[in-house]
Amino acid sequence: MAKLAIAIFLAISLVLFSRLSFSRESLTGRRILVLLDDLSIKSSHSIFFNSLRSRGFDLDFKLAEDKSLSLQRYSQYLYDGLVLFSPSVERFGGALDLGAVLDFVDSGHNLIIAADSSASDLIKSVATECGVDFDEDPSAMVIDHNSYAVSETEGDHTLIAADDFIESDAILGKNKIEAPILFEGIGHSLNAGSSLVVKVLSASPSAYSANPSSKLSNPPSLTGPALSLVSVVQARNNARIMISGSLSMFSNRFFRSGVQKAGTSAKYKKSGNEQFVTELSKWVFHERGHLKAVNVRHQKVGETDEPAVYRIKDDLDFSVEIYEWSGKSWEPYVADDVQVQFYMMSPYVLNTLSTDQKGLYHTSFKVPDVYGVFQFKIEYHKLGYTSLSLSKQIPVRPFRHNEYERFITTAFPYYGASFTTMAGFFIFSFIFLYHK
Amino acid sequence: MAADLKPAWKSSDLMPFKYLKRKVKLKSKQQELLIRVSILFLVYVLAFIARLFSVLRYESMIHEFDPYFNYRTTLFLTQKGFYEFWNWFDSESWYPLGRIIGGTLYPGLMVTAALIYWTLRFFRFAVHIREVCVLTAPFFASNTTLVAYFFGKEIWDSGAGLVAAALIAICPGYISRSVAGSYDNEGVAIFALLLTFYLFVKAVNTGSLAWALASAFSYFYMVSAWGGYVFIINLIPLYVLVLLITGRYSLRLYVAYNCMYILGMLLAMQIRFVGFQHVQSGEHMAAMGVFFLMQVFYFLDWVKHQLNDPKLFQAFLRIAVTCTVGVGAVALGVGTASGYISPWTGRFYSLLDPTYAKDHIPIIASVSEHQPTAWSSFMFDFHILLLLFPAGLYFCFKRLSDATIFIVMYGLTSMYFAGVMVRLILVATPAVCLISAIAVSATIKNLTLLLRTKNKVSQSGSTKATSGAKASSKASLVQSQPFQGNVVIALLVGAFYLLSRYATHCTWVTSEAYSSPSIVLAARGAHGNRVIFDDYREAYFWLRQNTPSDAKVMSWWDYGYQITAMGNRTVIVDNNTWNNTHIATVGRAMSSYEDEAFEIMRSLDVDYVLVVFGGVTGYSSDDINK
Repeated sequence: MAKLAIAIFLAISLVLFSRLSFSRESLTGRRILVLLDDLSIKSSHSIFFNSLRSRGFDLDFKLAEDKSLSLQRYSQYLYDGLVLFSPSVERFGGALDLGAVLDFVDSGHNLIIAADSSASDLIKSVATECGVDFDEDPSAMVIDHNSYAVSETEGDHTLIAADDFIESDAILGKNKIEAPILFEGIGHSLNAGSSLVVKVLSASPSAYSANPSSKLSNPPSLTGPALSLVSVVQARNNARIMISGSLSMFSNRFFRSGVQKAGTSAKYKKSGNEQFVTELSKWVFHERGHLKAVNVRHQKVGETDEPAVYRIKDDLDFSVEIYEWSGKSWEPYVADDVQVQFYMMSPYVLNTLSTDQKGLYHTSFKVPDVYGVFQFKIEYHKLGYTSLSLSKQIPVRPFRHNEYERFITTAFPYYGASFTTMAGFFIFSFIFLYHK
Repeated sequence: MAADLKPAWKSSDLMPFKYLKRKVKLKSKQQELLIRVSILFLVYVLAFIARLFSVLRYESMIHEFDPYFNYRTTLFLTQKGFYEFWNWFDSESWYPLGRIIGGTLYPGLMVTAALIYWTLRFFRFAVHIREVCVLTAPFFASNTTLVAYFFGKEIWDSGAGLVAAALIAICPGYISRSVAGSYDNEGVAIFALLLTFYLFVKAVNTGSLAWALASAFSYFYMVSAWGGYVFIINLIPLYVLVLLITGRYSLRLYVAYNCMYILGMLLAMQIRFVGFQHVQSGEHMAAMGVFFLMQVFYFLDWVKHQLNDPKLFQAFLRIAVTCTVGVGAVALGVGTASGYISPWTGRFYSLLDPTYAKDHIPIIASVSEHQPTAWSSFMFDFHILLLLFPAGLYFCFKRLSDATIFIVMYGLTSMYFAGVMVRLILVATPAVCLISAIAVSATIKNLTLLLRTKNKVSQSGSTKATSGAKASSKASLVQSQPFQGNVVIALLVGAFYLLSRYATHCTWVTSEAYSSPSIVLAARGAHGNRVIFDDYREAYFWLRQNTPSDAKVMSWWDYGYQITAMGNRTVIVDNNTWNNTHIATVGRAMSSYEDEAFEIMRSLDVDYVLVVFGGVTGYSSDDINK
């Protein structure tokens, strides 16, 4: 009886546990840690935070110097995302430090970094580790005398109206951002060694990074095209990072204010910040551009079961289903550039898959006349989407001894020759022996 | 017995005397047969048990590297049957190329072991296939002693045969490749080699089709078992050529060679790995050339017989020989130029020119068993046979016949090859044993004959004086060499001393040098206690237990067979050397800096790298030493 009770208890706890672990898999109800310099940001940037909340995120606001800070407990991460809105913090409190933030990203979690002119070395070094170098001059800001935002006071042209976006529906959403972005802060350049960083918002060619209050004595180090305002990184483990040089870009004030770009007559009632930041945060938190490939199948044409080995010159069907996460559900992913390789040290077959618009991708081809251990390989790397790279191993064997043709038409002369020789020999022996 | 017979002999009259004489004669023949059979039986058993040191000292296991592959394939054969084995495409070795096992191995060994296994199972002996594999080589070594006996009997006499059987049973040169656990092709191939030669010599001696046919089948078995069959297919034509040149051509030779060559060739083509090599490869062209030469010889003989005019025949001969040689040369030239006849392979070249491999095929030269042989290893493997060998040659030359010419040629060519490559000592061993056996047997026979005639003379002198003249002449002969008896006894004692030294040497070599499995290492600790390192097998077991089943393991090629057999994991390269590029790639990855090696390994999908490090225990043949 006691045994039974224990067994039941174990079964129940197992079910509960599996439920718990299962819910971690789904992409709703995720927690984000927001680190602030000062709790007033919570209200001054409330539109941005509310939009996150309305999309189902639990936000946990903490001061960056809070002594109880910790990203993980019992080696389980407590958060799915981290927002660093604390540009001036010199040292995180608690167990958090540069290494912990990077480990957080390395284990596949997402990160938003916002800096401004008061950015500390710590924030800059986090950015540097992500492949982005902020201007080293602590007093420098991005200045643009051509495409600044028109305002009542003349100012020093550090409030910029930027509209040089990256062309990617995956990152910025399908709706075009009409109004320019208000940006006030520091610029950065992309590390040449990092191939994963992408400029999302670039400064105009006339922008440069310098101290606005002092006279320019020598040419600024960051100018024009090298100067990036907002960049994103998608790491190889699909962790996403957004780096912005302006914290005020996220603020309610910028969200609401109208914008007119200097030198143009178009005047927008509302800046593009809200749309830009919202869409970008959707991308960062994997609500868009997250692909999954399931049901990789292959079989001989006309069969349904997957064979353990193919023979050379077999005809085979290959299919895979690819879906994209929309924030709520998996939607079919439609594209015409997904390719499959039949690969052994180099691709022997490279086919573009055709799609049925419902997520199923399919192709069929003939196995090459080469035996060996092949792989079906899909290497799909598209800007803004998580990279799909899957491979499935399958050996290809040569013909068996009884799979060759038994009688070859072209060899009939040889068959004939051998049989006539046999018959001739028999007759000859017969005559030789008995004809006297 | 003699005491028992003598009274009957005296008291009988003519009829019983005749009967008894026959009986006595039969009895002594039976006696001799009994002794011979029991000696052979003892030698047979001795050959088997001398090879069991490793089983007793370690356990019943497969040794070295290649035997693991053979074991794995045999296991597959017994589990899946012959056709699956024949068509086996192994995707676990040579990743990602894979290997067509059925088409790239000599199946003789595996089929032999599987047949033994199935036979035992049929008789309800519940053995494991591993035991069969471990004991296959000793079993065939025992069989080789029987063949050696018959071969010795064929070329000399049954005494030489017995000595040859005894010598080859414990000769270290042979034991090195046929101890229990050394489950390699050579184990059965030496048996097949010697059997082929014996049957061929028998066929030449008798001119019988049946023996030639048997020889062809034996050759087929040899081809199915070992690449060394090339030695047979070159030595036999060479032998035939020598017989032709020395004017010993006979119809017996014609029948034996033609039957053996044609049937042997057709049979050998059935082995997938050999295929059409007999008609396409340069190494086999000598046999074909001699075959055609044989026909020309026969034809000329016939023409000579028909013409009956020496002058006309001379003219005809000149034309015929010129034409034949011309046609042969043109055919060979066209064949080679068009690529139909492949040129000689590297190993063949390196046999003829020992420096060839070093310059052209470093991978062959890098294998330790392909190195030229040192004098010490000759001494180590042959011991007194090295001294007896020239003496045996002397006896052979003294009594030249078709058979002795063969054994002389076999001995000389194989000795040369043994000098070029260490591993070919194995091929030379049977010849050396046979020739030495002739020396031993002939010497002892002569000595005992001297001793016996002397005894007989003195005996007959004392008992009977019927043939007085003969006895006196013998006596005078004896008296002319005063200390002959003592000298003979001293020589006999010396010979037995040498032979007993040989026996102790062989036992010592077997137990010390050739019975270590090399997969389990034994060493003496500081206090003289034995330490066993079973690290290899533990490592492979770790791989088997802890890595995903489709993991690819990269290692130096030495360990490839063992990883697939014991670890059951895919390897990038193994001990088979059919693709030098692949080996070179892995060698490069192993010997370059990490970042470069990493790229190579990525391109080969490597999951694990196996490295052997012997720095802790002082194991010298580790990977750092390569």
